[in-house]
Parts: sequence; structure tokens; C-alpha cells
Amino acid sequence: MTKTAQIAVTVNGEKYVEDVPVRMNLADFLRTKLGLTGTHVGCEHGVCGACTLFLDGVTARSCLTLAVQADGAQITTIEGYETVKNASDLIKNFHNRNALQCGYCTAGMLATSIEYIEQGNPADREKVKEHISGNYCRCTGYQAIVDAICTTIEERQG
Amino acid sequence: MSGPATIFDKPRDYIGKSIPRSDAARLLRGQGRYVDDMQLPRMVHAVFLRSPYAHAKINSIDVSEATQAAGVIAVYTGKDIAKHVEPYIGVLSHLPGLRSPAQYPLAVDVARWQGEPVAVVVCTSRALGEDALELINISYEQLPAVTDTLDALSSESPLIHNEYDSNLAWKREVEAGNLEEAFAKEDVIIVEKQIKFGRHTGVTLETRATICDYIPGDDELIMYYAGQAPHMLQFILAKHMNMLEENVRVVAHDVGGSFGIKVHTYGDEIATAIIAKLLRRPVKFTADRLESFVTDIHARDHVVDAKIGVRKDGSIVGMGFNDFTGIGPFSMYPRTSAIECNQILNLTGAPYQFEHYHAVGNVVFQNKTLMCQYRAVGHPIAMAISDCMLEEAARAIGMDPVQIRRKNLIPDDAYPTKSATGMRFDDLSHHACLDKLLTIMDYDALLADQAENRDNGIYRGIGFVSLVEVTNPSPMFYGIGGAPIASQDGATVRLDAAGALHVSSSVTEQGQGTNAILQQIAADVFGVAMARVKVTTGDTATVPYGGGTWASRGAGIGGEAMLLASHALKEQVLDVAAVILQAKPDELDIAYGEVVMKDTGEQKISLGDLAKIVYYRGNELPDDLQPELIATRHYRVTDFPFVFTNGAMAAHVEVDTNTGFIKILHFWAVEDCGRVINPQLVDDQIRGGVVQGIGGALYEECVYDTDGQMQNATMADYLVPMASEMPEITVAHVETYTKTSVLGAKGAGEAGTGGAPAALMNAVNNALAPLDCGMWQMPMTPERVLRALGKIG
Repeated sequence: MTKTAQIAVTVNGEKYVEDVPVRMNLADFLRTKLGLTGTHVGCEHGVCGACTLFLDGVTARSCLTLAVQADGAQITTIEGYETVKNASDLIKNFHNRNALQCGYCTAGMLATSIEYIEQGNPADREKVKEHISGNYCRCTGYQAIVDAICTTIEERQG
Repeated sequence: MSGPATIFDKPRDYIGKSIPRSDAARLLRGQGRYVDDMQLPRMVHAVFLRSPYAHAKINSIDVSEATQAAGVIAVYTGKDIAKHVEPYIGVLSHLPGLRSPAQYPLAVDVARWQGEPVAVVVCTSRALGEDALELINISYEQLPAVTDTLDALSSESPLIHNEYDSNLAWKREVEAGNLEEAFAKEDVIIVEKQIKFGRHTGVTLETRATICDYIPGDDELIMYYAGQAPHMLQFILAKHMNMLEENVRVVAHDVGGSFGIKVHTYGDEIATAIIAKLLRRPVKFTADRLESFVTDIHARDHVVDAKIGVRKDGSIVGMGFNDFTGIGPFSMYPRTSAIECNQILNLTGAPYQFEHYHAVGNVVFQNKTLMCQYRAVGHPIAMAISDCMLEEAARAIGMDPVQIRRKNLIPDDAYPTKSATGMRFDDLSHHACLDKLLTIMDYDALLADQAENRDNGIYRGIGFVSLVEVTNPSPMFYGIGGAPIASQDGATVRLDAAGALHVSSSVTEQGQGTNAILQQIAADVFGVAMARVKVTTGDTATVPYGGGTWASRGAGIGGEAMLLASHALKEQVLDVAAVILQAKPDELDIAYGEVVMKDTGEQKISLGDLAKIVYYRGNELPDDLQPELIATRHYRVTDFPFVFTNGAMAAHVEVDTNTGFIKILHFWAVEDCGRVINPQLVDDQIRGGVVQGIGGALYEECVYDTDGQMQNATMADYLVPMASEMPEITVAHVETYTKTSVLGAKGAGEAGTGGAPAALMNAVNNALAPLDCGMWQMPMTPERVLRALGKIG
């Protein structure tokens, strides 16, 4: 059960070549092999959304993705959202609006928010709520998160 | 000189302002420091085998094959671990009669709930450890599972503990006046209902996790802890592992949500510490989600037979109830599983004036996961008993729910006063909160909307709750009963050579913003920019001794200690400055990092320059001056057992009578938590609390079958509130400062969870009233709504 395979990935612009157990998921790979612990695991079966990140430009659950499936992929994690995803404004608005408390869901919540904004969606509270409904937050009650996303869209629209 | 009492005579720079918390910047960049993020040299993983049965005798355990498996360092059974630990018993002396047997970290002879650990593999990786679990061979003999709380008390029921004569853990009766006699009078209208509250749990997004390390040379155990009460755990580890308390260090960095789940003693965590000591190397245990569902404490689980008596004018004659609550097979150590029931006995009806009260609480063992204190302990049940029964009584006499509250709420000018149950209240504002609530929700407009929609077959309801919340507890909560739980907290404030403040506190941070408000208070009271205040919490090696986070005490108690310490240091610094400047201390003040003349604001010397004189060039000071640039103060509540807060909340819902779905259209919360230190943080505590209350009222339930198997122990099957279902929540405040402290702050963390369920049940029953049916069971699932409507059997 300890069969390994070599994979090459680019994470937040940096290249890595690593041997990984074939059954290791992407979240565990990032966290334990690369030390990128900003990606969190909440349920390990794709429901809570905490582990969401960008895999070749689209959001993916890193707990449901095997590390070997990411061979050759471009990955962006929370550690890269300011630099790779240019999401400093969203991060600032999450901060100013207190759109996180314990911070455990935040990596996934930011990924889903970035996706919503990048797709050119409107600052419509109901649409935002629907879009982030695959990401559980146990602390905020969501209202502050919706505020932060809508503010970012409004600011970008000037 | 301005003493602490006069601090608030002038406007403050930081206290009372919505300043974003500095911790969040790190968390938003993926730089949190949660336990599972850490990897220590030579670290191995503890992986637990858990009982698949709710009740089973363990005849034998064969670990020989598992011991040989790849990566396995050691395998321990419950018996092996038991040799290294003094068992613990979850009772407190101020809850007389509470009984619970000695409990070991892992089951020894009998497993008593599905999920109880029975063996543990220590392995080089979690994955290999899980492989090895499959090689452990256990011979179980299944015993009958006791699952239903009421059946558990029948004389026919199997016993969970053979040494006891029944499955009753505790019973308490509270009586005031004479309810039976009062209810026998002709003019009293009596309403009776059975109200059921499902079992739910905290579902912290970060599961429980610990890394324990043992340093033999120092005989030191270090536990990295995702929890709320480091000093409590330090005591417990030392006592039960027979170590010196000073040789146990508990460190909590970032914690991914706690809500009371992470303030208890869990066998798997204690076992991890024991194993680290046995193996002399770091051992990590991180629960997976299934383990969380079946081992994190559960909450609520009550069946309540309630009655209320009112007169035609709406005045409450009295309330009575019999509560049955199921707590699993043991009372949780050290806080016990009787506190929730005790709170219900004490708090039911607390906002109202009435004379007659008769309440009975029965705490019952079952073969389910242990039940213990979760956010708003007992409050949702107590508030629902009084406020849902009150609104039902209002319907019975044809009175508006607001009018019946106005008739019965304790007047705002009546304080200090006592409730029928003997609770002492001061500085509350039930009427002011209700008035404000009605204004912000526009009650009259909602009533008009309701009438109009009913004509079109749309059933909307408006429900209220008036509530109290127990906050800022004194030693009367736990310490009096013998628990190693401090109710006092300490704060230390130190000026460094650069003129910055380093502050530490024994209250802890799990995301609610504790560190932020400590920073605000220290910066404000001492007189430096917030950016120059560094906060340390969560490490027993460095912070003053104290209780940590529970019962909404961080701001009120930890904040007051920080205020007192910051003020003390300011006086110490001004004494030094007066000598350097050849002025009198009371002519000076500190503002934005500078010592200034109090009357003119003229800057005289920066704190950095002053500190450098003290630390580096003491030769410039008189020999008889020994400056102290550090101050520590502690604070505990002495005037009252608890400092109550109060509030008023309302829910607006629409019930789809075809599908049974309940949509929350809006929620309003008016809270009086005394002085608001950071409005944004408080408002979001209220909102987050309300949403957890919504979860318990509408969605969340640990569903068990009759064999004691939890049927929905995954995130997909156990429903927690998601964004698309959540209403906008409007929050407002009435600020009645508590006179028990200079800061005047009360707690705010639990009111939302305590109040929202009652408001929602009232709103649903208000919506269903024209259909002559009602909902008296939480969560109010679509199936239960349809059953109440008679649409399904």
C-alpha cells in the first residue's frame, strides 16, 4: 500500500518534483510535502469546501484530488492569492469586514470568491450566497463574507 | 491622577471602535498555525480503533498482526493505556448527587458508545496507521444498547453501569412559591406542551487535534492544543499522568473554531500524551470527520414536559417543567454533563416576573456519544421553554406576543433584583431591547404583510424571544465544585526598549477576536498606537494563570484584567517620567507613544527614549528609583455569581405548507452586552451565534438508530447552515454597563445561539397558527412540519 510515483507540479509559480504515495491526496501533499499549510482539510470528502484551491485555473477540492492526478498541473493556493491571483483587494475586504473568524474555512472561501469574481458575476447578494454555498463557515454566519465579496466587485467596477 | 474609574470620562481612541483585528491578516495569507500544520522531528501518529458498537463487552484484543505492520511503532489497548493514568470522574461537589463512574482514556472491559476508543496504533504515518487498524482483532460481545432517554429510566431498561441501580446520573428539583396550588385557581389559563430538542454537535471546521512531545531530560510534557482552556488541561494532564504541574506545558496557537467543543477532556488526547511520554517522542493525533462526529461532545438532547399559567390580562402566574436529558454513558470530565440541565433549571423564565415555579431536571445515561457544554449551554432550551410557552399562552388568550412580554418582563428600573429561581440580576434592559427591536424590524409593517399574504395562502410568521445570557462567571460556576477551572484571569503588560507594549493574557483566541480586543484595550488605556502592541495568549509557560475561554468571559474578565494592568503600567511609567522630567506624575499623561503634559498635550519624551534610559542608562536615574516597566493584574467577578446580559430577538419566516420547508426571511437581534469594545467583532459574534442557533432549530441533528449507531456522521448527511439558506441578520445594541468592572463589558458570544431557536419556533408557530397546528420539536425539519400539518403520517 505504499506505492509511490513521481510528480511535477507548479504551485504558486514555483516548480516542484516530488515522490508521493499514490493514495495521497493533493491537500496532504501540499501540507506535508511542500509545507504549504494554508490549505485546510475539514471533511475529507468534498463537502465542506475548506480545501478548495485552483487546479489549472479552475476550483477543485484538494481532498478529493489525488496528488498524482495533479502531475503537470498549475496549482494556486491561498499562499498565492495576492501574488498569482491579484486578489489583494478581496483579501483586504475580508480583513476589513471581518469575513473570517477562526480562519479555517478561509482558504476555500477565498478560492470560491475569487472564482465568482473572475467569472464576472454581479454584486448580487443572493447569487453570491448561492455560489459560496459549497463552502461551510461555522463562525461568521456568512453575512460578512457576502459583504466582502460584493464590496470587492463594486470597487473593481469603480 | 485619573484612576481606572475615570478612564471612560473622556472619549477613547480605540475602545468602542470597529477596528479590523490584526490576527486576520496572517490567516488570510495561509499563515495560520493550527496544530495539524505542525510537524516535529521524529513525530509519529496516533491512530485510534473505535468501538463499532454502542454497547459491547470486550472479550479479547489481539494486536500481534498489527504490531508487525509497515510503519507501526507500537500498539496499545485500553488496558495498556490504563496502567499509566489515574482515571477521571465527571462530578462536581456543588451538584450534589451527580454520579458517574471512573473513566479511562480508552475503553477497558466494556465499550459504551459507538466511537469510544478501544485501541491505538502508533505509526509513522496516519495512512499506514489506518491500514494497521484493520489488523487488530477484537472479540466483542454485543450488549443491549440504551438509547432512548425516557426508556433508559424504566425499571426494565438494561443498565449501562452495573454498579448503579438505574441509568439516572442526576436529578434536581427547583421550587418557588406553590405552582400546583396557584394553577388550581379558577382564573388561571394553563397551557401544556411537550417540547423536544434534538442532539446536535459543534462541527468545528478544524477537527480536534493535538501534538504531544516529551522531553525526558526535563521530565517535561508539551501539548500543542487546539483548545480553549490551556491551564485547565495543564492541571488535568499533570494530575492524571502523575507529573509535576510545572512540567506540563500546554500551548494553543490558532484554533479553528471551538464553540465549547474544545474545552473538555477527551480520552484520545490524554492517550496521545501518555504515548508521547512512553515513546519519548512527539505524537500527533488529528481526528478525522467521522471521529469528530462520534467523539466530539454532543449537545442538547432534551424532552421537556412544560406548562405555563397566565391570567386573562396576560400576567404570568407560574411555569413548570420536567426535563429529561440524555448525556451518553459518562458525565464529561471535568465540567460534568449536568451543567446544561442545571442552567435550564436556573434560567427558564429569567426575563420575567412571576411567583410560582416548579422545575425538575433528570440527567440520564445512554449509549451515545457524551453530551456536554456547547455554545449557549442550556440557554436555547431554557429560552424556548419560557418564550415558546409564553407565546402559546398569548395565543390561548388572544393577546399579542409583544404585549404579553411588556406585561411580564422585569421593569428596567427594578434592578438589582432576583428571579423566582433566586438568580440575581443587575444592569439589564429587557424593555429597552424590546423597544429597539420593534423599531428596527418595523413590527407593524410585518403584521400587515402577514395578513395580506395569508389571504393568498402564504404563511409567514413573526416570532420573538427575550433572553438572558450567563456571562463573566465567578468561582460559583466551577471552582466552588472542585473543578480545576479558574474564573479569574490575568494580564501582563510590559514596555520594551523600543517603546512598544508586549501584553499577555490567560484568555484565549479561537477566532472571536480576543487578541484584538486585548490589543485595543491595552493600546487605549496605556496610550500607544495599536500597531505597537504585541499580544500573546494560549501558552501556559508564558501567560498569567487563568481560565481561558468559556461562558463568554474573554472580554468581560480578560478585558478588565488587561485594563487594570495597562493602567497600572501607565502609572509606573509616569512615576519614572516624572523623575526624568522633574515634573509631578499627575501633570503627565501618555498619548500615542509619548509622555505628554496633561494640560497642553506638549510632547516631553517618547516611551522608547524613556525605556532606553531605564534599560540601558540606569546611571542617569537616582539610585533610590527602581523602575518597573512591567505590570500584572488579575480580575475576578466578586459581586455576583454571573454577570447576566440580556437581549431581544425576532425571526421572520415563511413556511411552505406543501413542502414543509421553512425559509427565514430576516432575523433581528438587539443585545445588551454592556460596553461594546469593538462593534464589528461583537455584531459578527451575534450573527455567528444566531446562525448556530438556526442550525439547531432547523437542520442539525445527530440521528441515532435504536442500536445506538449514529446514522448521519458525515458532513454530507449532517446538515449545517449554508450561505444560501441564511437570512440577513440585523444587529443593534443597548449598552448598560455592568457595575462589576471598570470596563463595563459583559459577554456576547452565546446570546445568538441561546435565543435564535426560541424566536424561530415562535415564528413558525405564529405562521402555522391559522392552520391550527404547531411545531414543538427541533430541528423543525420539513418532514416534521408536514407531519404537524397532518400531510404525512
